[in-house]
Amino acid sequence: MSIKVQQERFSPGTETEAMHAAQLGIGAVVTFTGYVRDFNDGQPVHGLALEHYPGMTEKALAKIVSEAEQRWPLLNVRVLHRVGALEPGEPIVFVGTASAHRQAAFDACSFIMDYLKARAPFWKKERTPQGERWVEGKASDKAAEQRW
Amino acid sequence: MKLTVLYFARFREAMGKERETLEGPFTTLGSVRQHLLAQGGHDVLAERNVMCARNEELCSLNEPVEPGDEVAFFPTVTGG
Repeated sequence: MSIKVQQERFSPGTETEAMHAAQLGIGAVVTFTGYVRDFNDGQPVHGLALEHYPGMTEKALAKIVSEAEQRWPLLNVRVLHRVGALEPGEPIVFVGTASAHRQAAFDACSFIMDYLKARAPFWKKERTPQGERWVEGKASDKAAEQRW
Repeated sequence: MKLTVLYFARFREAMGKERETLEGPFTTLGSVRQHLLAQGGHDVLAERNVMCARNEELCSLNEPVEPGDEVAFFPTVTGG
Protein backbone atom coordinates (compact mmCIF):
# COMPACT_ATOMS: atom_id res chain seq x y z
CA MET A 1 0.00 0.00 0.00
CA SER A 2 1.34 3.43 -0.85
CA ILE A 3 -0.13 6.86 -0.10
CA LYS A 4 1.54 10.04 -1.27
CA VAL A 5 0.63 13.72 -1.15
CA GLN A 6 3.06 15.73 -3.24
CA GLN A 7 3.56 18.88 -5.32
CA GLU A 8 5.61 17.17 -8.02
CA ARG A 9 4.05 15.96 -11.23
CA PHE A 10 3.77 12.16 -11.59
CA SER A 11 3.55 9.74 -14.48
CA PRO A 12 0.35 7.62 -14.50
CA GLY A 13 2.22 5.05 -16.62
CA THR A 14 5.02 4.63 -14.09
CA GLU A 15 2.51 4.40 -11.24
CA THR A 16 0.51 1.76 -13.12
CA GLU A 17 3.63 -0.34 -13.83
CA ALA A 18 4.56 -0.22 -10.15
CA MET A 19 1.18 -1.69 -9.20
CA HIS A 20 2.01 -5.30 -10.02
CA ALA A 21 5.78 -5.34 -9.60
CA ALA A 22 6.91 -8.57 -7.89
CA GLN A 23 3.35 -9.73 -7.15
CA LEU A 24 2.59 -12.66 -9.43
CA GLY A 25 -0.74 -13.36 -7.73
CA ILE A 26 -2.16 -10.13 -9.13
CA GLY A 27 -4.46 -10.81 -12.07
CA ALA A 28 -6.11 -7.39 -12.33
CA VAL A 29 -4.96 -3.80 -11.96
CA VAL A 30 -7.51 -0.97 -12.22
CA THR A 31 -6.36 2.64 -12.21
CA PHE A 32 -8.01 6.04 -12.21
CA THR A 33 -6.19 9.25 -13.10
CA GLY A 34 -7.86 12.64 -12.61
CA TYR A 35 -6.63 15.60 -14.72
CA VAL A 36 -7.03 19.38 -14.52
CA ARG A 37 -9.59 20.49 -17.13
CA ASP A 38 -9.35 23.81 -18.96
CA PHE A 39 -13.05 24.47 -18.46
CA ASN A 40 -15.47 24.27 -15.51
CA ASP A 41 -18.97 25.59 -14.80
CA GLY A 42 -19.11 27.49 -18.09
CA GLN A 43 -15.77 29.25 -17.74
CA PRO A 44 -12.25 28.68 -19.01
CA VAL A 45 -9.85 27.57 -16.29
CA HIS A 46 -6.24 28.70 -16.53
CA GLY A 47 -4.98 26.75 -13.55
CA LEU A 48 -5.67 25.44 -10.08
CA ALA A 49 -4.29 25.89 -6.60
CA LEU A 50 -4.85 22.85 -4.40
CA GLU A 51 -4.93 23.41 -0.66
CA HIS A 52 -4.98 20.61 1.92
CA TYR A 53 -4.78 19.90 5.65
CA PRO A 54 -1.29 18.49 6.18
CA GLY A 55 -1.41 15.63 8.65
CA MET A 56 -5.12 15.01 8.33
CA THR A 57 -4.88 14.42 4.58
CA GLU A 58 -2.55 11.45 4.93
CA LYS A 59 -4.62 10.00 7.80
CA ALA A 60 -7.88 10.40 5.88
CA LEU A 61 -6.44 8.67 2.81
CA ALA A 62 -4.99 5.83 4.92
CA LYS A 63 -8.39 5.31 6.56
CA ILE A 64 -10.14 5.14 3.18
CA VAL A 65 -7.59 2.64 1.84
CA SER A 66 -7.85 0.54 4.98
CA GLU A 67 -11.63 0.42 4.62
CA ALA A 68 -11.25 -0.69 0.99
CA GLU A 69 -8.82 -3.42 2.09
CA GLN A 70 -11.41 -4.70 4.55
CA ARG A 71 -14.14 -4.82 1.92
CA TRP A 72 -12.19 -6.37 -0.98
CA PRO A 73 -9.29 -8.84 -1.28
CA LEU A 74 -6.73 -6.33 -2.52
CA LEU A 75 -3.10 -7.20 -3.20
CA ASN A 76 -1.89 -3.64 -3.74
CA VAL A 77 -3.25 -0.08 -3.50
CA ARG A 78 -1.63 3.19 -4.56
CA VAL A 79 -3.10 6.63 -3.92
CA LEU A 80 -1.27 9.74 -5.03
CA HIS A 81 -2.73 13.25 -4.78
CA ARG A 82 -1.04 16.47 -5.76
CA VAL A 83 -1.20 19.82 -3.95
CA GLY A 84 -0.03 23.31 -4.87
CA ALA A 85 -0.17 24.94 -8.30
CA LEU A 86 -1.42 22.88 -11.26
CA GLU A 87 -1.95 23.69 -14.93
CA PRO A 88 -4.68 22.35 -17.27
CA GLY A 89 -3.71 18.95 -18.63
CA GLU A 90 -1.69 17.95 -15.58
CA PRO A 91 -2.64 14.87 -13.57
CA ILE A 92 -4.05 15.65 -10.08
CA VAL A 93 -4.87 12.27 -8.60
CA PHE A 94 -4.01 8.61 -9.17
CA VAL A 95 -5.76 5.64 -7.58
CA GLY A 96 -4.62 2.11 -8.42
CA THR A 97 -6.05 -1.12 -7.02
CA ALA A 98 -4.77 -4.64 -7.66
CA SER A 99 -6.47 -7.94 -6.97
CA ALA A 100 -6.51 -11.52 -8.20
CA HIS A 101 -9.67 -10.82 -10.20
CA ARG A 102 -11.10 -7.75 -11.89
CA GLN A 103 -14.34 -7.07 -10.02
CA ALA A 104 -12.68 -6.40 -6.66
CA ALA A 105 -10.17 -4.10 -8.34
CA PHE A 106 -12.87 -2.18 -10.26
CA ASP A 107 -15.10 -1.76 -7.21
CA ALA A 108 -12.31 -0.83 -4.80
CA CYS A 109 -10.93 1.80 -7.20
CA SER A 110 -14.36 3.38 -7.58
CA PHE A 111 -14.97 3.25 -3.81
CA ILE A 112 -11.65 4.91 -2.99
CA MET A 113 -12.28 7.76 -5.45
CA ASP A 114 -15.84 8.31 -4.18
CA TYR A 115 -14.68 8.41 -0.57
CA LEU A 116 -11.67 10.57 -1.39
CA LYS A 117 -13.89 13.17 -3.07
CA ALA A 118 -16.22 13.32 -0.06
CA ARG A 119 -13.82 12.86 2.88
CA ALA A 120 -10.23 13.84 2.08
CA PRO A 121 -9.40 17.44 3.06
CA PHE A 122 -8.44 18.98 -0.29
CA TRP A 123 -9.83 22.22 -1.75
CA LYS A 124 -9.48 23.49 -5.31
CA LYS A 125 -9.23 27.16 -6.23
CA GLU A 126 -9.53 27.91 -9.94
CA ARG A 127 -7.91 30.72 -11.90
CA THR A 128 -10.40 32.01 -14.49
CA PRO A 129 -10.41 35.11 -16.74
CA GLN A 130 -12.78 36.70 -14.15
CA GLY A 131 -10.40 36.02 -11.28
CA GLU A 132 -9.98 33.27 -8.75
CA ARG A 133 -12.84 31.19 -7.34
CA TRP A 134 -13.15 28.28 -4.91
CA VAL A 135 -14.68 25.16 -6.38
CA GLU A 136 -17.90 24.30 -4.51
CA GLY A 137 -18.75 20.77 -3.38
CA LYS A 138 -21.30 18.91 -5.48
CA ALA A 139 -24.35 17.00 -4.27
CA SER A 140 -23.48 14.29 -6.82
CA ASP A 141 -20.21 13.64 -4.98
CA LYS A 142 -22.11 13.17 -1.72
CA ALA A 143 -24.50 10.79 -3.47
CA ALA A 144 -21.57 8.83 -4.93
CA GLU A 145 -20.14 8.38 -1.43
CA GLN A 146 -23.46 7.20 -0.06
CA ARG A 147 -23.97 4.44 -2.64
CA TRP A 148 -21.31 2.37 -0.79
CA MET B 1 -10.44 24.72 28.23
CA LYS B 2 -7.95 25.74 25.60
CA LEU B 3 -8.22 24.59 21.98
CA THR B 4 -6.40 25.23 18.73
CA VAL B 5 -8.78 26.01 15.88
CA LEU B 6 -7.75 25.77 12.22
CA TYR B 7 -9.55 27.14 9.16
CA PHE B 8 -9.06 26.07 5.56
CA ALA B 9 -9.74 27.30 2.04
CA ARG B 10 -12.68 29.74 1.73
CA PHE B 11 -13.19 29.69 5.51
CA ARG B 12 -9.52 30.60 6.10
CA GLU B 13 -9.92 33.60 3.80
CA ALA B 14 -13.22 34.69 5.38
CA MET B 15 -11.83 34.35 8.92
CA GLY B 16 -8.69 36.22 7.91
CA LYS B 17 -6.48 33.67 9.68
CA GLU B 18 -5.47 30.05 9.39
CA ARG B 19 -5.38 29.25 13.11
CA GLU B 20 -6.10 30.62 16.55
CA THR B 21 -6.19 29.51 20.16
CA LEU B 22 -9.54 29.75 21.92
CA GLU B 23 -10.38 29.48 25.57
CA GLY B 24 -13.88 28.76 26.89
CA PRO B 25 -16.21 26.24 28.48
CA PHE B 26 -16.48 24.13 25.31
CA THR B 27 -18.31 20.83 25.22
CA THR B 28 -18.58 19.91 21.53
CA LEU B 29 -17.38 21.16 18.14
CA GLY B 30 -20.83 22.74 17.85
CA SER B 31 -20.22 24.76 21.03
CA VAL B 32 -16.92 26.03 19.59
CA ARG B 33 -18.81 27.15 16.50
CA GLN B 34 -21.47 28.86 18.63
CA HIS B 35 -18.74 30.69 20.55
CA LEU B 36 -17.24 31.97 17.27
CA LEU B 37 -20.63 32.96 15.84
CA ALA B 38 -21.43 34.87 19.04
CA GLN B 39 -18.25 36.92 18.56
CA GLY B 40 -19.74 38.21 15.27
CA GLY B 41 -18.12 38.59 11.87
CA HIS B 42 -17.78 34.85 11.38
CA ASP B 43 -20.93 34.22 9.36
CA VAL B 44 -19.13 31.77 7.12
CA LEU B 45 -19.24 29.25 9.98
CA ALA B 46 -23.05 29.39 9.99
CA GLU B 47 -23.17 27.72 6.57
CA ARG B 48 -25.20 24.55 6.49
CA ASN B 49 -22.51 22.49 4.80
CA VAL B 50 -19.73 23.32 7.26
CA MET B 51 -17.40 20.37 7.77
CA CYS B 52 -15.23 19.84 10.84
CA ALA B 53 -12.47 17.71 12.24
CA ARG B 54 -11.12 16.92 15.68
CA ASN B 55 -7.46 15.94 16.02
CA GLU B 56 -7.18 15.41 12.24
CA GLU B 57 -10.25 13.15 11.97
CA LEU B 58 -13.47 14.11 10.24
CA CYS B 59 -16.32 14.36 12.77
CA SER B 60 -19.76 15.89 13.32
CA LEU B 61 -20.60 19.05 15.24
CA ASN B 62 -21.81 16.78 18.06
CA GLU B 63 -18.29 15.48 18.66
CA PRO B 64 -17.11 16.19 22.25
CA VAL B 65 -13.88 18.17 22.67
CA GLU B 66 -11.14 17.90 25.28
CA PRO B 67 -8.51 20.38 26.48
CA GLY B 68 -5.61 20.69 24.05
CA ASP B 69 -7.55 19.37 21.04
CA GLU B 70 -6.83 20.64 17.56
CA VAL B 71 -10.13 21.24 15.81
CA ALA B 72 -10.81 22.52 12.30
CA PHE B 73 -13.67 24.07 10.33
CA PHE B 74 -13.78 23.97 6.54
CA PRO B 75 -16.10 24.04 3.54
CA THR B 76 -17.09 20.90 1.60
CA VAL B 77 -13.95 19.22 0.33
CA THR B 78 -13.27 19.30 -3.41
CA GLY B 79 -10.25 17.10 -4.09
CA GLY B 80 -9.85 14.37 -6.69
